[in-house]
Amino acid sequence: MPAVYHQYRNQILFSVMAGLLVVVALTQGLSVSLTILNLCLISAIMSLGVNIQWGYAGLFNVGVMGFAALGGLSGVLISMPPVSEAWQAGGLGILFGLIITTGTIASSLFAWSRTKYSKKQRYWVIAGIIILGYALLRLFFDPSVDAIEAINPSVTGYLGGLGLPILVAWPVGALFAASVAFVIGKIALGLRSDYLAIATLGISEIIIFCIKNEEWLTRGVKNVNGLPRPVPYEIDLQQTQWFQEWALDFNMPVDDASAVFVKICYALLFILVIAFLLWLSETALKSPWGRMMRAIRDNDTAAAAMGKDVTWQHLRIFILGSAVIGLAGAMLTTLDGQFTPVGYNPLRFTFLIWVMVIIGGSGNNWGAVIGGFFIWFFWIEAEPIGLWLIETLTSGMSPGSAIRAHLQEGAAHMRLMTVGIILLVTLRYAPEGLIPEKKRQ
Amino acid sequence: MIDILNALTLLGNFLIIPGLTYGSQLALGALGVTLVYGVLRFSNFAHGETMAFGAMITILATWGLQSMGVSIKPLPTALIAIPVGIAVTVLLILVIDKFVYRYHRERKASPVTFLIISIGVMFFLGGLIRFIIGPGDQIFFDGTRFILKAREFREMTGLSEGLSLKMTQTVTIVTALIIVIAMFWFLNHTRTGKSMRAYSDNEDLALLSGIDPNRVVMVTWIIVAALATVGGTLYGLDKSFKPFVYMQLLLPIFASAIVGGVGNPLGAIAGGYVIAFSELILTFAYKKVVLYLGPDNLELDSLVQLLGTNYKIAVSFIILVIVLIIKPTGLFSGKTI
Amino acid sequence: MTGGYGAANTLHDCSIGVEKGEIAVIVGPNGAGKSTAMKAIFGMLPLRHGRVIFNNQEITLLKPEERVLRGMGFVPQNHNVFTSMTVEENLEIGAFIRTDPIADSLAQVYDLFPILKNKRKQPAGELSGGQRQQVAVGRALMTHPKVLMLDEPTAGVSPIVMDELFDRIIEIARLDVAILMVEQNAKQALEIADRGYVLVQGNNRFTDSGEALLANPEVRKAFLGG
Repeated sequence: MPAVYHQYRNQILFSVMAGLLVVVALTQGLSVSLTILNLCLISAIMSLGVNIQWGYAGLFNVGVMGFAALGGLSGVLISMPPVSEAWQAGGLGILFGLIITTGTIASSLFAWSRTKYSKKQRYWVIAGIIILGYALLRLFFDPSVDAIEAINPSVTGYLGGLGLPILVAWPVGALFAASVAFVIGKIALGLRSDYLAIATLGISEIIIFCIKNEEWLTRGVKNVNGLPRPVPYEIDLQQTQWFQEWALDFNMPVDDASAVFVKICYALLFILVIAFLLWLSETALKSPWGRMMRAIRDNDTAAAAMGKDVTWQHLRIFILGSAVIGLAGAMLTTLDGQFTPVGYNPLRFTFLIWVMVIIGGSGNNWGAVIGGFFIWFFWIEAEPIGLWLIETLTSGMSPGSAIRAHLQEGAAHMRLMTVGIILLVTLRYAPEGLIPEKKRQ
Repeated sequence: MIDILNALTLLGNFLIIPGLTYGSQLALGALGVTLVYGVLRFSNFAHGETMAFGAMITILATWGLQSMGVSIKPLPTALIAIPVGIAVTVLLILVIDKFVYRYHRERKASPVTFLIISIGVMFFLGGLIRFIIGPGDQIFFDGTRFILKAREFREMTGLSEGLSLKMTQTVTIVTALIIVIAMFWFLNHTRTGKSMRAYSDNEDLALLSGIDPNRVVMVTWIIVAALATVGGTLYGLDKSFKPFVYMQLLLPIFASAIVGGVGNPLGAIAGGYVIAFSELILTFAYKKVVLYLGPDNLELDSLVQLLGTNYKIAVSFIILVIVLIIKPTGLFSGKTI
Repeated sequence: MTGGYGAANTLHDCSIGVEKGEIAVIVGPNGAGKSTAMKAIFGMLPLRHGRVIFNNQEITLLKPEERVLRGMGFVPQNHNVFTSMTVEENLEIGAFIRTDPIADSLAQVYDLFPILKNKRKQPAGELSGGQRQQVAVGRALMTHPKVLMLDEPTAGVSPIVMDELFDRIIEIARLDVAILMVEQNAKQALEIADRGYVLVQGNNRFTDSGEALLANPEVRKAFLGG
């Protein structure tokens, strides 16, 4: 058995996963099962992104949430129609503000690298530039922001987007995440490894705060609803002739069939992306570059001694991984059809992804994917299972019992605890994860 | 002259007292993070949840005492419930160490492995807390709300600005002061405290000198659990207890520890106040202060605020980034305790 | 003794000994296994063959801490003080394993190294290299060892400080402490040595009194630079 298992491990694990989804389809319905599958696919892409950073280079990124949110933001900025009144009211001020910001950053960088002042003087000069730039920014920015947010606040109250197809937002989301990763990487890479962790934790919190508070850009906590879709709408399908016939063939009510059809469309799109990413990362891993990255991860002093620029390679891989996370974030917003800043919380968007990578097997792309599948499946299904478990266990108690009520209420939180225990048990008894990294000689 | 006094009172009421309070809470948290870093050599991401757990047990004990009719008015009942919170938290943390951390310690796992383990512990504790007390808001403060009311202050001094002093603020500052003094006395004047510092400074030499590493680790966890319980309870008393808030405290706490110099207890305390005061100073609306100090006919449209109050959390991060760029070892050049 | 790290043996049947009140010096080229020999004697390295005898008792299997309790003191070459702690705290930690009062030993160390008394409230990390070595030696003396082992005590200090350190070491030996040290500065060290061991590739090449080794033309040629 063990020998067979090792030989066909990947196939067995993916079959088990497929089996679980089939069970859900049979018990809870096809639609539920497809919803889980779609989110499993997105989780798998996020965990691929983290695995690129952690598995290839040993970089510890605890800012997954922030990069995913940036991807989501790109969904809004690319696909929503522009709000022309808002542009008229404050567009100029905002553009001016952007120019000032760029100017401030550029002159700070110039003062940093091109001037002959001593280190201490440079700090003061830069502080001066930043304070001046900030004051100017506030002067132009604040009135425009107020003007924009005043325009029909219950529907728009923001600048809107570019009105482009939402698929454009996917690479743009990756780009957004990559540029933030560049800045963070520049600051924290090359310092001790846990500084990167704390810096990324910080940047992700701040990205979320900005998105929640800069209403002129994102509508903040008012959410952006009704993002355009890359796939057909259920209503349109239900009214098309061929679809109605098709539903009849499958012996399904048209409503259900349309929901399932849409979800399958999404799933196919996502599978396309994940297949492309997997192909890309597997090729990269086998290339000389991949070998060098692993060498750096396993012994960066030796790699540095051999003339490899460790920090620069780390920066590249950090940007790449973050871009993948940004892409996944944009895909998630596309699937949801809405952008909800309050929905981003670090447990779900950062630490859960980490659990996926560790459980799946750090350093192995297939491991990251299966980890994403299993953990997301568990995260969703733990609630009904937990509730069922508690109900069974407490069935002997009287229906009015306070303890029973409390236990049932708490059942939803069991999954946090269980995920924690799964992670700890894995780290102790199977630190290499479900699909360990292939060791090449 | 009166204007200056009014301006000072205003600053005292909205900047200095809240800053000292919040700073004390951060300092207690950062002290725990720094001790774990100094002795066990990893960044403990479960510290926020440890604080929440300690606070939760204290709340449960407070409810127990309240139902028995115990009260120490004007002080909050939670103060006498803290020892229960500490005892249970210490027990839990020691059990976690025995079953989780110890195994990896014996195999000399890397700091990043420990960091990931602490994330697992964070999940576990987070779930446990929500399972026991629920994710909602709990208010467990029951003492007298104010020691000094703004109105009383105005009547006393004749100034137009009031200075109020909440019970929770006083309790926080005084308790933090006592804990910090006790802590430094312990580290600098007891045999066990010195052995902890020695172990943190130079593990090999400490082992050669016959210091028992298991004992050092145990004592460290006990102190960390106690600090977390006190810090968590004080924060909950002051603001209100909500499990997810403690995770958001993680960033300012880490920022405090790094700004002060990780592994340096004095730095952690200083860092806590630096972060707290920077947050308040940068997000405070100075309009009234400027009006008092400026010429009589001055008129102002804006709030004279550097950053929106919403951006408090960004301040700790910006300071963190500045420290990382300019002096990554922190203000007090930490590494050992 | 035979021992080493990993699969390779750095030491091959070499034997080293020192008597009460004596100074024994191990010299030899780089990579000869000098420091390894010290670690082996102190139990920081498992031996494959051979024994360590102390006071007529076999201690081969004892842990380093247990050897400290029996009366061995060790001063490592690097990182041999607690830099963030004061001089006095360093000495206190040196006596950590003891349960009796330590005031006498403290006074004794201060007598030996008067400069430390003046700086006793200063963090050891702020001291000069020579003073740090004094703290390191003082720390090891706090348990009243019968054997004091020094791994390159003069590494990185100026010649004047080195002479002073050697003077102190002679003084310590007069207190009936056996001293075993590894030295790079072979010539000066052999001058004060009662016994010398020349180690080459984990073997005893020459063993004699310090004077005799200094006079030995072969040793002079190969290891003392003429």
